[in-house]
Amino acid sequence: MPRLVVNGKTHDVDADPNTPLLWVLREQIGLTGTKYGCGIAQCGACTVHVDGTAVRSCSLPVSEAEGKQITTIEGLAQNGVLHPVQKAWLEHDVPQCGYCQTGMIMAVAALLTEKPKPTDADIDSTITNICRCGTFQQVRAAIHAATDA
Amino acid sequence: MNQIVRMSRRSFVIGSAAVGGGLALGLELPSGLGEAAAAASEPEVNAWVVIRPDETVVIRVAKSEMGQGTITGLAQLVAEELDCDWSKVAVEYPTPGQNLARKQAWGTMFTAGSRGIRESQELVRKGGAAARQMLIQAAANAWNVPPSECGVASGVIEHKPSGRTTTFGKVADAAGKLQPPKDVSLKDPKDWKIAGKPLKRLDTVDKLTGKLVYGIDVKLPGMLNAAIKECPVFGGKLKSFDDEKVTGMKGVRKVVGVGETGVAVVAHTWWQAKTALDALPVEWDQGENSKISSVSIAEWLKAGLDVEQAFVGNQNGDVKAALASAARKVEAIYSYPYQNHATMEPMNTTALYTADRCEVWCPTQNGDTALAAVIEASGLPAANCDVHKVPLGGGFGRRTFTDYIRQAVAIAKETPGTPVKLLWSREEDMTHGHYHPVTQAKLIGGFDGNGTLIALHMRISGQSILASVRPEGLQNGRDPVAFQGLNPSGPESAIGYTIPNLLIDHSMRNPPVPPGFWRGVNINHNAIYLECFMDELAHSVGQDPLEFRRKLMTQHPKHLAVLDAVAEKIGWEKSPPEGIHRGLAQMMAFGSYVAAAAEISVSNGNKIKVHRIVAATDCGTAVNPAQIDRQIAGSFVYGLSALFYQECTLNGGRIEQEHFDSYDSMRIAQMPNIESIVMPSGGFWGGVGEPTICVAAPAVLNAFFNATGQRLRSFPLKNQNIQFA
Repeated sequence: MPRLVVNGKTHDVDADPNTPLLWVLREQIGLTGTKYGCGIAQCGACTVHVDGTAVRSCSLPVSEAEGKQITTIEGLAQNGVLHPVQKAWLEHDVPQCGYCQTGMIMAVAALLTEKPKPTDADIDSTITNICRCGTFQQVRAAIHAATDA
Repeated sequence: MNQIVRMSRRSFVIGSAAVGGGLALGLELPSGLGEAAAAASEPEVNAWVVIRPDETVVIRVAKSEMGQGTITGLAQLVAEELDCDWSKVAVEYPTPGQNLARKQAWGTMFTAGSRGIRESQELVRKGGAAARQMLIQAAANAWNVPPSECGVASGVIEHKPSGRTTTFGKVADAAGKLQPPKDVSLKDPKDWKIAGKPLKRLDTVDKLTGKLVYGIDVKLPGMLNAAIKECPVFGGKLKSFDDEKVTGMKGVRKVVGVGETGVAVVAHTWWQAKTALDALPVEWDQGENSKISSVSIAEWLKAGLDVEQAFVGNQNGDVKAALASAARKVEAIYSYPYQNHATMEPMNTTALYTADRCEVWCPTQNGDTALAAVIEASGLPAANCDVHKVPLGGGFGRRTFTDYIRQAVAIAKETPGTPVKLLWSREEDMTHGHYHPVTQAKLIGGFDGNGTLIALHMRISGQSILASVRPEGLQNGRDPVAFQGLNPSGPESAIGYTIPNLLIDHSMRNPPVPPGFWRGVNINHNAIYLECFMDELAHSVGQDPLEFRRKLMTQHPKHLAVLDAVAEKIGWEKSPPEGIHRGLAQMMAFGSYVAAAAEISVSNGNKIKVHRIVAATDCGTAVNPAQIDRQIAGSFVYGLSALFYQECTLNGGRIEQEHFDSYDSMRIAQMPNIESIVMPSGGFWGGVGEPTICVAAPAVLNAFFNATGQRLRSFPLKNQNIQFA
């Protein structure tokens, strides 16, 4: 029975070890902010942090996440205060349908941990999430705003 | 920041009210009263406006929010007429069942065709104005003064002679008991204070924290999950399945046939259901379409380019004679593929069926037809059914269909009393879409000896959406929507050129692939055909593409105005910077006039960098310029993703692209800088969610010709090894 640490809480889950982390988070721990988009790590809607690194959880077997610190979108805001990326998203009115945005925000938050002042080239090479509504112009503006904060 | 509405979980009704009573998602069974129960305990002034004692103004919105900002725009219109405090506004959906029971009090819930705001603006503004009048009347009654002596600002009613004031929240209960006014007058848009302003969306916060409950996130107590497979060949049927192979698998509860064409596994979790479904031996009766391929369809369409019989969409003069006498002729053939909507959230519905009641929770662009589908699929009386609309993870036209809703009800009937959430895998979503139709076009232009265009014949050959989706909309077999953007006149989608001899006709050929309204619909290909060919014509006689167009547009001032606006802003009159090449396109559709000018560079002859796009929209009346700007920018992502990457091909009667690895979309790295020009000229209401998509591709393609001298006439560009740089 895999034991996971998600947003600081320990969960013993009843899941086959090959089950993708995404589905354990969504269906067994009840954290549905992490989204299913494609299931093949193409779109990034399922992005979470595993030991601080952005990971596409649809393609990570839950067994490989054991013993690691997992952070989902629900754990990004601390003590009820939005993360700087979430604040920038709010200020720039970024989301349209919003479905991909939790994954996008997690990807950006991880980027900013690694590179607090990313260049446009850094953004282009790192933020490869799909957004079908096409929010990229606002996403880029919000990333730069978050780093200026 | 002053316009951000801070809504509590309680007041943010859309999103959380999806499940009965609007509270405690997943903790209580839906009562079936749902949103109605919430409304009954609160002072409803009229169908559109509920005002709580704490002054929260709940505005009811019938249209579906799928990212286009419609709930914010419609709430702005109601709030404007109501003269309420915008910072106290929240929004909620009435259910389709309530709409039916109240005799369509909220009008149609259909949310497509860029109609969300423009087709309901009058209804919702009158709703807001009527509520305002009733609130004033209630205050005047309490004060025993004539209502004409009272005024309103930001939800505060004042009796002007005495200076007495009260608030909406204090008089809402009494107002709701009054007779609604028979007639109300509406404000002139020039006097707007809330509508017309670039306000932020009402529904953002929960999208940033993961709290927003989309259809895929709905959870009901005891709920099971289902995964489904339909026959991969269109028109084929389910022959048999061997459920014994999977019934022992972990979590699996049941394997059920769904209609004549599908099979579903119901399990404790969706992952278990999908795993079992993948392991389930299934035999299909593929039927007669298994011989269909993209090659055979293309051949059939190509033949349609030259047949005599075709439906006429726009005709003046005598094209045949004019072309026969032309001093110079130019001819080109274009083609456009099938495309999937590829909403980020795959199709899903949660259904609860009991012997006497059926309710579903689903992302839908049309609550009314969703309810009709539930009634039909459940076999229950209308009064015993309802639909709870939940936020959509993308719609783009795909969620006007009810296939996934019907399936969910069929599965739920096999588990009476236990709710089931049906979720399609991405593979299922890719291979069972309602696709952007496939077409080809042959265009022939004729010039006189002076280089003046005297004739244009545009023959479209290909699939009609209406013939499949709404055949009652055909006119003696002719599909009027096929001529979107090409009509002789009218307020919806008129061509912007006057050509003395013109014929635009359509040879309808409907392959056995379900077509659908795909964001932008038929203008996506029509604009490429027309606007790339206009460029071809201009270059063929050595004329500047802008000047060439302008000469043909003198009788179309609104079309011309947006084209001129983008040309001016991009600096068309001056040469572009070294290595940069420009292209233009314009079109009218969904009641709006749009144009784009693109600046690109090309490396190695095949790598395109789109640097900058200027895009103008005259939508007549702009309800929220900030959201229009976002629809314009997003349109280039949808349109250029289609241009570069997207095609659904058929082999053996089945769609070959099952995943996002073979059906790609633009990422942020490819995003050009979009400069939008929102230029409402007043006097009409045009749509904004779709029109701009169609000018994205031709503007870039025309720039590519300027860069390389090469015309690209079949799509997507990846097939010709043309890529984003």
